[in-house]
Amino acid sequence: MKKPIAGGAGGAAGLEVALPHPGTSQPAPLTRFLENERLLAGLLLAPTVILLGVFIAYPFVMGLWLSLSSTSVGNPGRFVGLANFVKAWNDSIFRVSFWNTTFYTFWATLFKLALGMWLALLLNRHFRGKRLVRAAMLLPFIVPTVLSTFAWRWMFDPTFSVLNWLLYQGGFIVTKLPFLSDGDWALWCAIVVNTWRGMPFFAITLLAGLQTISPDLHEAASLDGANGWHRFWHVTWPLLKPVTIVVVVFSVIQTFSDFQLIYVLTGGGPANSTHLVATYAYQVGVAAGLLGEGAAISLFMFPVLLVVVWVQLRYLRRLEGA
Amino acid sequence: MIERRWKRWVFFYVPLTLFVIGTLFPFYWMLITAIRPDAELYRSWRAVNNTPFWTLAPTLAHFQDLLARTTFPRWLWNTFFIAVVSTGISLFCGLLAGYALARLRFPLAGVLGTSIFVTYLVPPTLLFIPLANIIRDFQLGNTPWALILTYPTFLIPFCTWLLMGYFKTIPKELEECARIDGATRFGAMIRIVFPIAVPGILSAGIFAFTLSWNEFIYALIFLSSPERKTVPVGVVSELIRGDIYFWGQLMAGALLGSVPVALVYSFFVEYYVTGLTGSVKG
Repeated sequence: MKKPIAGGAGGAAGLEVALPHPGTSQPAPLTRFLENERLLAGLLLAPTVILLGVFIAYPFVMGLWLSLSSTSVGNPGRFVGLANFVKAWNDSIFRVSFWNTTFYTFWATLFKLALGMWLALLLNRHFRGKRLVRAAMLLPFIVPTVLSTFAWRWMFDPTFSVLNWLLYQGGFIVTKLPFLSDGDWALWCAIVVNTWRGMPFFAITLLAGLQTISPDLHEAASLDGANGWHRFWHVTWPLLKPVTIVVVVFSVIQTFSDFQLIYVLTGGGPANSTHLVATYAYQVGVAAGLLGEGAAISLFMFPVLLVVVWVQLRYLRRLEGA
Repeated sequence: MIERRWKRWVFFYVPLTLFVIGTLFPFYWMLITAIRPDAELYRSWRAVNNTPFWTLAPTLAHFQDLLARTTFPRWLWNTFFIAVVSTGISLFCGLLAGYALARLRFPLAGVLGTSIFVTYLVPPTLLFIPLANIIRDFQLGNTPWALILTYPTFLIPFCTWLLMGYFKTIPKELEECARIDGATRFGAMIRIVFPIAVPGILSAGIFAFTLSWNEFIYALIFLSSPERKTVPVGVVSELIRGDIYFWGQLMAGALLGSVPVALVYSFFVEYYVTGLTGSVKG
């Protein structure tokens, strides 16, 4: 099928060679060099590979070395084997922070998925002002996390909390709730803020997935007598599962490695009870200057991230195979 | 008919309204705090004539203080400059790499594609301690270049991934035609493929811009002088003096720091959404 076209075009190219056109008849060495697919690929990929090599691969190797050494600020340190990892593992604050990270990731992801799905289903209907509502719903995701978390911190303020005021005026409470002054409360507050910030991401990506589902399927299911819940469970959900898995993987990575939200909301307090792995690594590695120990603590995130990335890659490969 | 309308209210309007209120209330609270005079701000929550949801004496004093007495305007400029340059670098790298991975056949293509995707999933908090060392060794500490060169580590993988997907949707025949007409491979890429990919480039650019505007941990660690900081770091570290939170000024800063990125977003919502949904597509 292609041959005649190529032949015809070849003739056209031949015609052009006959014309006095030095640019095309005798390509410069550079152009000929760029015609080689391998060389061109190498050239195009070079900036990316160099940048990622210097600022991702090299730090990674250096992080491994640091975690095995006693380096601190102003002290080059020496090789200490797995001492930093052992020390972290026996450190009660580290254990709390690892547990907090798992707890925080689990609940925040679950809430984001449930609420995001609900919002996506709502936004998938037709109503006036839909575009405006959709644009407004993404705002928490656009605005710098640190800045919006400050607004939440102010809303959770021990003395002037508007939420306490609302609950008090509504007659639900008689004394103030200890939003950020109690460790358990504070972690739940962080989960609420993380859900508020990340839910739009779920909603919008799931909405994009919903929009690819043909309405005919729902019509057919209704004709067969399926109610709303059945249609969701047997038609929408199976078709939405691929998008959902990818979004959940992304969210788990970001939530598990979260830093800024806790840094601003609680600073790890009260009494180190709300640290995440990343904020504790910062406290040890940067604030206290113990680079080796800090690097070891942040590397504790690595196995978990590795599993999540592996799931993602396996899943993508399956997509390519299909 | 009446029953159906009732159902639509309970299952649609009420939940949607609650979602809108829940999403936007913190922003409203930012605004109302920023324009509230101090005397009203720090009043007992049980005071009789408390009007928490609006203010009777709106004031711009917090904004004036912020702009005149702090280096806030400077932070805005720093953030903008760093976000624009690192987005530019990332788009440049992402365009070239995305094209190579989508179109060219070469050994290691699969391995390189996978490793770029894996770096996409590496969170900044995993590497910030060794990276701080490297920045110091390169003498980049406390300069905008520390961020301009490190932000691309999370922007390039994303741009490459998004643009690779975009290039794959452009029919190969277009390039083949151009090449038959005498264009070089490189020329066809620049003159045929890239112009068609402009919507994809815009999506990637807008998304990358918002990501770099929001970045926090690298900016927190790599910058130390107040006048070099970006908005998120400046607000966190410079607007709190000692242990005292000046909430009016803080909220004014939070609001002004959010406006530029919200503006860019509002002009390009559709592109942003494409970037967002494309960022996770397999």
